[in-house]
Amino acid sequence: MSGTCLASPSIDPWLAHTVRIASITDEVEDVATYHLEFSDPESAKSYSFLPGQFNMLYLPGVGEAAISISSDPAQEGTLDHTVRIAGNVTGALARAAVGDTFGLRGPFGSSWPIEACLGGDVILVTGGIGLAPLRPAIYELLNRKSEFGTLSLLYGARHPFGLLYPSEYADWEQRGMSVNTTVDRASPAWQGNVGVVTQLLDRMPLPNPEETTVLCCGPEVMMWYTARSAIGRGIPADRIWVSLERNMNCAIGLCGHCQFGPTFVCKDGPVIRYDHVSSFLRVEGF
Amino acid sequence: MNEQQLSESEVFLPKSELQSLIDLLRNDGMTVVGPTIDQQAIVYDEITSVDELPRGWTDRQEPGKYRLEQRDDDATFGFVVGPHSWKKYLFPPLTTVSTAEKTDQGWQMQTPEPDSTRYAFLGVRACELAAIAVQDRVFTGGPYIDPVYSNRRKNAFIIAVNCTEAAPTCFCSSMNTGPECRSGFDLALTELDDGFVVQAGSEAGETLIARLNTSEITTSQSETAGQARQQAVDQQSRHMNTDGIRDLLLGSLKHPRWEEVGNRCLGCTNCTMVCPTCFCSSVEDVTALSGESVERKRHWDSCFNLSFSYISHGTTRDTISHRYRQWLTHKLASWHDQFDTSGCVGCGRCITWCPVGIDLTEEVAAIRGNGDSSQSGGQS
Repeated sequence: MSGTCLASPSIDPWLAHTVRIASITDEVEDVATYHLEFSDPESAKSYSFLPGQFNMLYLPGVGEAAISISSDPAQEGTLDHTVRIAGNVTGALARAAVGDTFGLRGPFGSSWPIEACLGGDVILVTGGIGLAPLRPAIYELLNRKSEFGTLSLLYGARHPFGLLYPSEYADWEQRGMSVNTTVDRASPAWQGNVGVVTQLLDRMPLPNPEETTVLCCGPEVMMWYTARSAIGRGIPADRIWVSLERNMNCAIGLCGHCQFGPTFVCKDGPVIRYDHVSSFLRVEGF
Repeated sequence: MNEQQLSESEVFLPKSELQSLIDLLRNDGMTVVGPTIDQQAIVYDEITSVDELPRGWTDRQEPGKYRLEQRDDDATFGFVVGPHSWKKYLFPPLTTVSTAEKTDQGWQMQTPEPDSTRYAFLGVRACELAAIAVQDRVFTGGPYIDPVYSNRRKNAFIIAVNCTEAAPTCFCSSMNTGPECRSGFDLALTELDDGFVVQAGSEAGETLIARLNTSEITTSQSETAGQARQQAVDQQSRHMNTDGIRDLLLGSLKHPRWEEVGNRCLGCTNCTMVCPTCFCSSVEDVTALSGESVERKRHWDSCFNLSFSYISHGTTRDTISHRYRQWLTHKLASWHDQFDTSGCVGCGRCITWCPVGIDLTEEVAAIRGNGDSSQSGGQS
């Protein structure tokens, strides 16, 4: 099972910490990474998270949004969120400047099952903004590279300018992860793959499918096709993990919004073993 | 607890002493909430006097219909359940969960001091005790505990009342939650013509009994109370077959009945508002005109609202049939996975208060019985 790193349940779960925007990195169109620091040194010291967990970012007067953490959990004092403008809160965040403060509750939810990957090959399959919740897992896998077999990232975007974190790929490759990208629509200068990301999985050699773990984050239909392809290649369904997205309001399993059948995506997820949700993934409007 | 133990601790409280009960609780600093008539319905509200109780009134209920009628006796609790439930007090419809103030050091967030109100609930029915137990699991079962609910719940004093009649919409026997109150109360009353048979369910209840002017019960009073409770069992006509209901519903997500009921359902949210276990909510910011002071207000929400499942690329449950399916499969199926209990206590409120009279027992029967609901469930 994936681990959990709960925000201390003894503290009122509605209490948000004050965080300050230390710097902002523009990533791709409508996407930026916000590097945050806690105002209170005690909060900074006690805060830790696991790859795949999320925070509720609270912009007073606007509201809260669930945003995955995209930085390296081993780097103390670093807390990054890569955010795409999608609604009121993320829109307000896009208008914020370095030095602005807002609220943060977290971390919440389950994490990528790094321990379950030990000794085997790991394939990360993702698209677009879905790379952000996987980046902490990439860092942790690379930090502990010797404990795993081969590491592969299969990453798709609509177009070459939609690929996140391109300046880091060389470093990831150099540290032992193969980075394979594909785009739906190529630009004249694009020399790489064109097509959906599952085609990369279909084509890649899988010497030890039974010992291979797939970590997948993207639209539900993409995750379903990825799982189908992986299972077709001999990867067991219980070694495939997906990260789900649902409306989240409280993040603590009390408001009911994020339900996906028996799963509260906020506390049982967002990272869920595929075979636990596979029967519901293709049910329209569930 | 078995019958022997129950009857051993029973005493008789004359009707004239009910006011003393209310007075004692109020003198102890509690806010007494009980049934009273408002807008032609029996609702729960703060009371100070027995005169505010709906003495001599009853309710007539059927799918989509609720009417008050004068009784031909002056029973104090001669009705079933109305549109309110005790969740109104334990899980308030509107509450502040946190505040934010803009200071020189930036935004500072705080959570409010715990509410110190101590409630005494008078007239809690067996199905409602079960509903409170269900919401205990939801709000205090962890890993996160709702501070508002747990604080109010911890302080609540519960005076249950055994039903002596059943409405045609009641099906607590099917859900194994009633009609007799068996646990989860401080006191339980069974109403007779001239008073109440009173049973303590806690030390606090026993202490209160000792302060009241009670007498030992006679064999005849005990028998009459037993018969009155049995009447509520015998009058129940509605049933729901719960055998394997979790797998039945989660295995029928593409059943045509969802489409059919979705065409009748108005998506009005009444069923979720009156349901004593529905717990969905949303938190929204309410900002002062200065823009520098914000309250985060939590209000009841409903899985029938279109915005409830909205995410950046659209609404997940975008048709009423999807939303009805979510409500029913959650209530009767996935609730078992989440909280190890059904989310339905058989109170029948969702049937009565549905403007078009949709009956969940009939919907379950239709899904179970290949569409022929008249043969396989609902009201017999």
